[in-house]
Amino acid sequence: MRYLPLTADDRAAMLAKIGAADMDALFRDVPQEAVAAPEAFDLPAAKGEIEVERILTRFAAKNVAAGDGPFFCGAGAYKHHVPATVDHLIQRAEFLTSYTPYQPEISQGTLQVLFEFQTQVAALTGMEVANASLYDGSTATAEAVLMAMRVTKRPKAILSGGLHKHYVETVETVANLHGVTKRAMASPGRAEDLIPLIDTDTACVVVQSPDVFGLLRDLKPLADAAHAKGALLIAVVTEVVSLGLITPPGAQGADIVVAEGQSLGNGLNFGGPYVGLFAVREKFLRQMPGRLCGQTTDADGRRGFVLTLSTREQHIRRDKATSNICTNSGLCALAFSIHLSLLGEEGFTKLAAINHAKAVALADKLSAIPGVALITPSFFNEFTLKLPRSAAAVVEALAAKGILGGVPASRLGYADDLLIVAATETNTDEDIAAFATALEEVL
Amino acid sequence: MTTISGDRCLDHEEPLIFEIGRDGKCGVDFPQVTVGDTHLAGLRRKGKIGLPGLSEPEVVRHYVRLSRMNYAIDAGLYPLGSCTMKHNPRLNEKLARLPGFADLHPLSPMSAAQGALALMRELAHWLTTLTGMPAVTLTPKAGAHGELCGILTIRAAIEARGEKRTRVLIPESAHGTNPASAAFAGFTVDEIKATPEGRVDLDSLKSKLGPDVAAFMLTNPNTCGLFERDICEIARLVHAAGAYFYCDGANFNAIAGRVKPGDLGVDAMHINLHKTFSTPHGGGGPGAGPVVLSARLAPFAPLPLLVLEKDSIRLIETKTDAPEGAKPFGRMAAFHGQTGMFVRALSYMLSHGGDGIRQASEDAVLSANYVLASLKDVMSAPFAGPCMHEALFDDTWLHNTGVTTLDFAKAMIDEGYHPMTMYFPLVVHGAMLIEPTESESKESLDRFIHVLHTMAEEVKAGKTARFDGAPHLAPRRRLDETAASRKPVLKWKAPDLKQAAE
Repeated sequence: MRYLPLTADDRAAMLAKIGAADMDALFRDVPQEAVAAPEAFDLPAAKGEIEVERILTRFAAKNVAAGDGPFFCGAGAYKHHVPATVDHLIQRAEFLTSYTPYQPEISQGTLQVLFEFQTQVAALTGMEVANASLYDGSTATAEAVLMAMRVTKRPKAILSGGLHKHYVETVETVANLHGVTKRAMASPGRAEDLIPLIDTDTACVVVQSPDVFGLLRDLKPLADAAHAKGALLIAVVTEVVSLGLITPPGAQGADIVVAEGQSLGNGLNFGGPYVGLFAVREKFLRQMPGRLCGQTTDADGRRGFVLTLSTREQHIRRDKATSNICTNSGLCALAFSIHLSLLGEEGFTKLAAINHAKAVALADKLSAIPGVALITPSFFNEFTLKLPRSAAAVVEALAAKGILGGVPASRLGYADDLLIVAATETNTDEDIAAFATALEEVL
Repeated sequence: MTTISGDRCLDHEEPLIFEIGRDGKCGVDFPQVTVGDTHLAGLRRKGKIGLPGLSEPEVVRHYVRLSRMNYAIDAGLYPLGSCTMKHNPRLNEKLARLPGFADLHPLSPMSAAQGALALMRELAHWLTTLTGMPAVTLTPKAGAHGELCGILTIRAAIEARGEKRTRVLIPESAHGTNPASAAFAGFTVDEIKATPEGRVDLDSLKSKLGPDVAAFMLTNPNTCGLFERDICEIARLVHAAGAYFYCDGANFNAIAGRVKPGDLGVDAMHINLHKTFSTPHGGGGPGAGPVVLSARLAPFAPLPLLVLEKDSIRLIETKTDAPEGAKPFGRMAAFHGQTGMFVRALSYMLSHGGDGIRQASEDAVLSANYVLASLKDVMSAPFAGPCMHEALFDDTWLHNTGVTTLDFAKAMIDEGYHPMTMYFPLVVHGAMLIEPTESESKESLDRFIHVLHTMAEEVKAGKTARFDGAPHLAPRRRLDETAASRKPVLKWKAPDLKQAAE
């Protein structure tokens, strides 16, 4: 087996040194009733690279990749161009095959990356501090709600109807163990009035902008109303590229900003791995979940970085920890950070502008089709259309024409006639024209 | 000697990206596009973000230089106990990057994702076969997330029985994530003592079991690197009390292909794909933590569910679509799990085959016992062997030498090794937990043993200079962690212009 360096002679010599007669002697603590012979496992034998590659390529070939044709799916995961440099750099052995930086003297590479990542995330979101990543946007949202309940010592979380349904369910799954969640009805294309729901039991209001239908939400009035009642505003961003064009939640009064960072540096990967961003006001620092990297000096007075404030974490605080998280999303955070370094201020703001321009062009074209209505008056790179028939059927009909034309809202449990459509810098004018033509045909 | 540059040959100092970049540079080429305000609801960004501008070569050099300040498995033996730093085959990386996986949208029509769904079924088949468990939920994103998932499944099963159970029992030697996950799921945690042999104290367990106990969480092999001999008896006791048996599968890599956790009476166990099945650790993730479930817990597995229909595979994504008998407790995360990691893990499994997985477990256990046998004459092992995949030492042998576990571990850095896990498990004083994995050749193990043995001899002979304030040769000396947490500096701030001018 190509991955195993020990030879039969090595094994024999090692057993002799140990003083064990055979391998079974090393496993002698296993109760007899639980000893499994090799035949007890109905699994194929070892294979060479050629065969493994052939098998997995066959699986991959049964999928339609986003790059296979005109592609307009979003709803929490976006196809962006990732520069070749990103994937090259994250495959450097020293990044790919290292562990969580518990030994800072020989992990300064990863630690400095995390410090830079935290700085980038704080800048993008307009917040004071950010952590070194969580699993993804949905779990980051759940962590934010739990954190708000801890900070305010209040039980209730109000969830906007524009919050991605999977995020709603992820939050409910854990937050209802510690408090109570109130889910507002979805009102596609319109910002519901959450202010009357805020009371003195409210720990937080959770609002996504752009929301799951693509609508941009003005967070300021909500932040003011929440603060007036002593509650926190949690802003959720599932498309971080929007932050290159839109006022960041931090400037709109958000207390916690969580985001899905997949759009930068990371592929679609059928839903994971992604990277959760988590940023807060400095006063909540010690209630944050997840790893934090901090600057310090070494014994010679040189600048260096360490994981810090770990007394919040599970390996120190055990059942009193702010979260159970351990492994998070380091390599995806690295990819995010490299991509953002390549973009810089100029590239990132241009990227955002291009995304918006593509979406506007697409919305104009599609909403001109008879029977199709744009229901989100404001949007960044994603909007929702009302169709004269089932959006799921339309999507299947478009797929048959080689076009992945968005996500039917019914896939997330919303109305049957709504289609959520995204455009990014990867869409050409030809893609947009082809989509418009095909949509008109299938309606 | 000191250098003019401050660098030392291949050892380069590297400023922060914010200190390198400046306006007017960009590492990507995009056209300038002006957009109107029509659809922006008055929310157009006003100020600058504050991101530095760099060209592509500058970005490449920055990250390459940073990477060279990291230790990595590819570069050397990484004996970090309980973390399983084994070889990461690059075939797995290549296959995860096939566009059919890497460029597949999670909400693509299911007809356009049949290959990914089939791959998930195939991975599930391997995991259930290796564990002897009937069901698996793939979605959890890491080990601790899997623990939470398992505990929430148990919670749902108990609620369905119409019972209320509030306590979870956990050995004091457990990973910190166990009590944290149980607390996260709303349970109170009660600790179980260890015996002098480093295993669960059955009397302590019996005395704590009762009608309010929801589950017993046990790592097996345990965090001392030992197989829990009484595990079948433990399962019987736990079940007799009406509780569920959760197994932390972090150390499954020691027994995969030799023991089926289903035969041990386990009800739920997470599997760290980034440990046993070698998906790269990536400097702290991403991981993946699928959870295998017993028949009595399977109905409560979270969304989404995978079902095989006449000629296609379908994801069930809402409770209302759940098939007869399924009562999903909720959802762990958006979408359907760490598919990119599933590809890597399946590539690892297919490469090894059932026979290779068994051999890998045996080699891991053999190598750990070889280290234990070769060092126990100079270092102190608190428990008699054989151990499983990791060898545990304590600091008894360091008493009165002036050298601590920390000093010894840090001196390993100067010798070109990543330290072992230290001060864990907590049940052993000054613990040093060494996990060599199956990826090391005998020559590599012999060299490692020689270095540690010699270091230990030096400590005992009073030659302690190399341990004092070690490491001496790393890119950084010991870092002031106290200062870091007392006055946290968690991001770069632009220098005050007035100060900079002085």
